[in-house]
Amino acid sequence: MTIKQLSAFVENKPGRLAEITEVLHESNVDIRAMSIADTTDFGILRLIVNCPDKAEKALRDAGFTVSQTSVIAICVNDEPGGLHHALKVLSQVGVDVEYMYAFISREDRSGAFVILRVGDEETALEALRKNNIKLLAAESIYDM
Amino acid sequence: MARQYWNPIETAPYHEMKALQSYRLSRMVRRVYENVPFYRRKLDEMGVKPEDIRSVEDLRLLPFTYKQDLRDNYPYGLFATPMDQVVRIHASSGTTGKQTVVGYTEEDIHIWGEIAARALTAIGANEKDFVHVSYGYGLFTGGLGMHYGAEAMHATAIPASTGNTKRQIQIMKDFGSTILCCTPSYALYLGETMRDMGIQPSEIRLRAGLFGAEPWTEEMRQQIQSLLYIKAHDIYGLSEIMGPGVAFECSAQQGLHINEDHFIPEIIDPDTGEVLPEGETGELVFTTVTKEALPLIRYRTRDIATLSREKCPCGRTLIKMSKPKGRSDDMLIIRGVNVFPSQIESVLLEFPEVSPHYLIVVDRVNNLDTLEVQVELSADTPIDMVRSLEKTEKRLRAALESTLGIAAKVTFVSPKTIARSEGKAKRVIDKRANILY
Repeated sequence: MTIKQLSAFVENKPGRLAEITEVLHESNVDIRAMSIADTTDFGILRLIVNCPDKAEKALRDAGFTVSQTSVIAICVNDEPGGLHHALKVLSQVGVDVEYMYAFISREDRSGAFVILRVGDEETALEALRKNNIKLLAAESIYDM
Repeated sequence: MARQYWNPIETAPYHEMKALQSYRLSRMVRRVYENVPFYRRKLDEMGVKPEDIRSVEDLRLLPFTYKQDLRDNYPYGLFATPMDQVVRIHASSGTTGKQTVVGYTEEDIHIWGEIAARALTAIGANEKDFVHVSYGYGLFTGGLGMHYGAEAMHATAIPASTGNTKRQIQIMKDFGSTILCCTPSYALYLGETMRDMGIQPSEIRLRAGLFGAEPWTEEMRQQIQSLLYIKAHDIYGLSEIMGPGVAFECSAQQGLHINEDHFIPEIIDPDTGEVLPEGETGELVFTTVTKEALPLIRYRTRDIATLSREKCPCGRTLIKMSKPKGRSDDMLIIRGVNVFPSQIESVLLEFPEVSPHYLIVVDRVNNLDTLEVQVELSADTPIDMVRSLEKTEKRLRAALESTLGIAAKVTFVSPKTIARSEGKAKRVIDKRANILY
């Protein structure tokens, strides 16, 4: 129940992000969700796309440093306390959250989706399942 | 059986070498005194007569020659033969000021081919080899120097010259190149390009390379060897003295044998000019004793090295110089500390997370020198976490500081964003050059 996420290294220079989106556009890659982590010198662009392997190859061929990482996607109720419920489950089993970001979908308006990178994926998945938190399968995100 | 040495002089006992050097030196000094007004004036000023120079020990009585002297006498002022005996001209790249012009008689060209052949023989090449020369052909000595060396030993020269890297690799593959001659940075670039083209090193027949014209480190040797599956050897030379082949590395890969029957080396303190004992580090100085067109006395190379007469496992008795640690004019003085680009390179090469492509940027901010090292991340460095990249950066900074003695900022850049060079790599941008102080 994990999702493939791409991380691309982006220098803090005008135009670098656009170079990445150009590569994705030319390879006909659809972006599902994204976030950027920035430091003073560089950024890391994290992407969930419809076809991660193809996108990774395209970016690598274009000379970018890209890594693939596995992340968890959950669906939480889009109401106060929705995210808190899920995070509390993780905190109770002592799982670190390295980073996370959220997105919503065009079709399913009831929930908000959260991408999580956690320290211990196994434990996290087990705890989330036990507490009936909806996990998203890779295909359902890629085909969204 | 293939020849192990090109010329028996390479294994001569030192007393024989010294006798030959002394004889050639005294003859050369007499010749320049008679034919080069610049040297006659210098010797007269110092009160030295040609007949005072009888042995190599008398070298220290002689004046130094500087690159500036060649510029001041541009283009042919220091030539010792009439121009009708000069069959070839080369010139240095001359990054600053006027370029320096050098000339060769027929005999000079012959000796040059001979010493380049010695270098090729020392890495195991013979007449069956295909010597792929990817140095520039032209006024630069690299291309034609190695070319004539290959021909002198009846190997097959492939004058590929520089440029069109993909085509070079195709040529290597199709023509069966076995020995590669180019700058070490270009060798790396060729290896990378080969990888990008999906060509395995086993598809080409290269087995050894002679790389020179810029200083390079032991770590860079390992990279070239593993990228191209060849043995990588250093070759040293400078156009003022001859060109490539002044000194060469043998199979032992521990220092470079100097062709001292033609070029007598000394190591001096660059500040005082005092001759330093064997084993000490200082500026390398050469006196050419057989050159006809442009003989030079105690030429200051600006290269920093050491000399050693320790026994070499290859059997050669020719004196050895260390790989040049850098050039005294490449040396950066940053916050009062001497920094050589080669030191930075050797640190970077210890980190698999980065590639050996880098740029050193020196600037002055609020009257304080700043040092920044821009380095390319390797294509397969895991980069999802800011923390892990910052950790790598921190380790790199610490390693640089402990090697250099000053702090450096490290900036990661994407692969292949630092300009590649087909000749000598441009590694330093010193923005302080425009600041008056």
